[in-house]
Amino acid sequence: MTSPQIEIQVIAAIVAISCAIPGVFLVLRKMALISDAISHSILPGIVAGFFITQDLNSPLLILLAAITGVITVVLVETIQKTGLVKEDTAIGLVFPALFSIGVILIAKNANDVHLDIDAVLLGELAFAPFDRLILSGMDVGPKSLWLMGSILLITVSLLFLFFKELKVSTFDAGLSSALGISPVVMHYGLMSVSSVTVVGAFDAVGAILVVALMIAPAATAYLLTSDLKRMIGLSIGFGLFAAIGGYWVAHVLDASISGSMTSVLGLVFLGVYLFAPQKGLLAVLYRQKQQRTEVSLITFLLHLNNHSEENERHINHLNEHINWQKVRSKTVVDLALKNNMITIKDEVVSLTDKGNDFTQRALEYILTNKDERIETMKDDFFLFRG
Amino acid sequence: MTFSEYFELLFSDYTLRTITLGTAVLGAICGMLGSFAVLRKQSLLGDAISHAALPGIALAFLITGAKDTNILLLGALVSGLIGTFWIKGMTSKTHLKSDTALGLVLSLFFGFGMLLLTFIQKQPNANQAGLDKYLFGQAATLVEDDVRLMLIVTGISLCILLLFWKEFKILLFDADYTKTLGFNTKFIDVLITFFIVLAIVLGLQTVGVVLMSAMLLAPAAAARQWTNRLSMMILLAAIFGILSGVIGTAISASQNNLSTGPVIVLVATVFVVFSFIFSPGRGLLFREIRFRNNRKDLQLKKTLQFMYGIAKTHDNISHPHAIRILNNFQGFTKKSLQQMEDKEWITLQGQQWALTHKGFNEAMNLYNKTHD
Repeated sequence: MTSPQIEIQVIAAIVAISCAIPGVFLVLRKMALISDAISHSILPGIVAGFFITQDLNSPLLILLAAITGVITVVLVETIQKTGLVKEDTAIGLVFPALFSIGVILIAKNANDVHLDIDAVLLGELAFAPFDRLILSGMDVGPKSLWLMGSILLITVSLLFLFFKELKVSTFDAGLSSALGISPVVMHYGLMSVSSVTVVGAFDAVGAILVVALMIAPAATAYLLTSDLKRMIGLSIGFGLFAAIGGYWVAHVLDASISGSMTSVLGLVFLGVYLFAPQKGLLAVLYRQKQQRTEVSLITFLLHLNNHSEENERHINHLNEHINWQKVRSKTVVDLALKNNMITIKDEVVSLTDKGNDFTQRALEYILTNKDERIETMKDDFFLFRG
Repeated sequence: MTFSEYFELLFSDYTLRTITLGTAVLGAICGMLGSFAVLRKQSLLGDAISHAALPGIALAFLITGAKDTNILLLGALVSGLIGTFWIKGMTSKTHLKSDTALGLVLSLFFGFGMLLLTFIQKQPNANQAGLDKYLFGQAATLVEDDVRLMLIVTGISLCILLLFWKEFKILLFDADYTKTLGFNTKFIDVLITFFIVLAIVLGLQTVGVVLMSAMLLAPAAAARQWTNRLSMMILLAAIFGILSGVIGTAISASQNNLSTGPVIVLVATVFVVFSFIFSPGRGLLFREIRFRNNRKDLQLKKTLQFMYGIAKTHDNISHPHAIRILNNFQGFTKKSLQQMEDKEWITLQGQQWALTHKGFNEAMNLYNKTHD
């Protein structure tokens, strides 16, 4: 590995981590799309800042752009408060308007501005190592490394300082006000950090892929755990993996680094989405199928319980009476047999003692709707676990 | 070029006519279908889908190697639909909320699209230039065929809209009721979603992925402020869409260095802001005026109530009293007393006031207005 290669990976990793941390809170607060809005609407701020400073990495430009980001949030909330449109519509109205202003500003000054919309929207990590920071004649490293490094440092220290406050205001705004932690302050604090991070990262990975780096690791982690600390840890892990993995995919394909970072994130998310043990798609589908069978089983047992006459309990009669398909009836009868709830004698089904007991408890539960009736059944069935 | 020149050229110049017609038709279809997106609380679906269409465009190009607009749009349609249904699947099967699902599809698909686009750019194929016009949109690249396609799609969606009007409307406002009536809600839902995605994909070439969501939202959000009827809202949204398209194109054509997409979006935003403020029913201005009138009215009635309290202790309700005795009650001014006299609730004589019969009855019935 050459030294620019290492530097690119380090920058990518730092960007990924500093996006993942605020991303967790955005996802938990159901504000994931605010990151999308901010990442687009900072454009006029960047352009204005660029007119003043003529330097894409100057702190003033970052500050101006971050202020534009916070203004976006305020605008969205103001429109939302009028009650004229829903919140999502408010987001959808504000950021394209601001983005348009930014595009027009760039287009009108195309001659004297060295600023490309493509670069703003897509970013290019590969050029990051060539923009060096020179301190008193000494080359101390790429500018964006220092920039993102300081943003990460701020984010991490804020996270450690205000972890408790962030946690309580995210999950219970009412409790947080009662404890004297203003949810509004936390909200705008988080928004400011997100804005600064988005602005810092747009140069490296572009406005839209910042959204991916913020939301995707957090969403992936959210499918795997419900513990906040673990979720932050996992998000950082996924972000890091995508940063390093994405770099090498881009290296092999000779394509955009930020694009392949996102694609790696997408693959990781897709894998977790499908195979997550509790909340993944396959697990959910399997659970739903089990539940359907179990509901059928209970219906079946109740039916047996209700009828003592033999013709009602004849195995062929069940098909027509409860109106199940053949396969389905077989699954249910097999399940009941396996659990020793029924016995079949001369094609007539009868409840065993265990089946009788089970049915009584199920009946009691249905009538009283009290959980303690089914505590003992929980081990046997998915249905009562959720 | 000035405005008047623009309108003169509009009828003679092929490019200008095509572009104007294209943006107008696009505005119409977006306004029409956008109304559904806004009312279904899927405002940001447009944003997600337009981004999700990118990998479809790139893949269609990679597979066919041709830059035929129709094939590229077909690819965009397919990947947009996959994105839409994945969003639906994610929100219904996992505990991820719709905002996260939208953001994920938006950014992940777009990222994958960027990977493909940069990959294509490195390929030894001279044909690849111009794919990135779908990123920001270039209305100038519209040709007559594109406009014809837009017109056909608009026509079809209009027919579908009229054909399934009742179903769309009832699903929009009460999905559960629709289901109990025996309608196939899944089919209606897929149908309307399909046409929304179609409208988005059609707009990509003109305004690009980033601004497409505003094209879909803004006319509908503006129209919503003027009416509470669905048919009226769709009509108004279509009109706002057409106007934004035409005015935006006119402004961008009459200046140098102004891309059409952003200008159209800004014009549409102006419509929205105007509607927010000036619509008579819901607008902020009239709401504020109504609010102030109500407050003033309330002040007058409070004063009247106080006077009533004094007057009813006398046999003659019109017995004059000094204004001075109202001083305990702070909420009156000379002007408000004058207004009360204008309403014939009281008569003023020098420093004295007297309740009239009308005022007395008004005050007595203040709290049982239902019998009016």
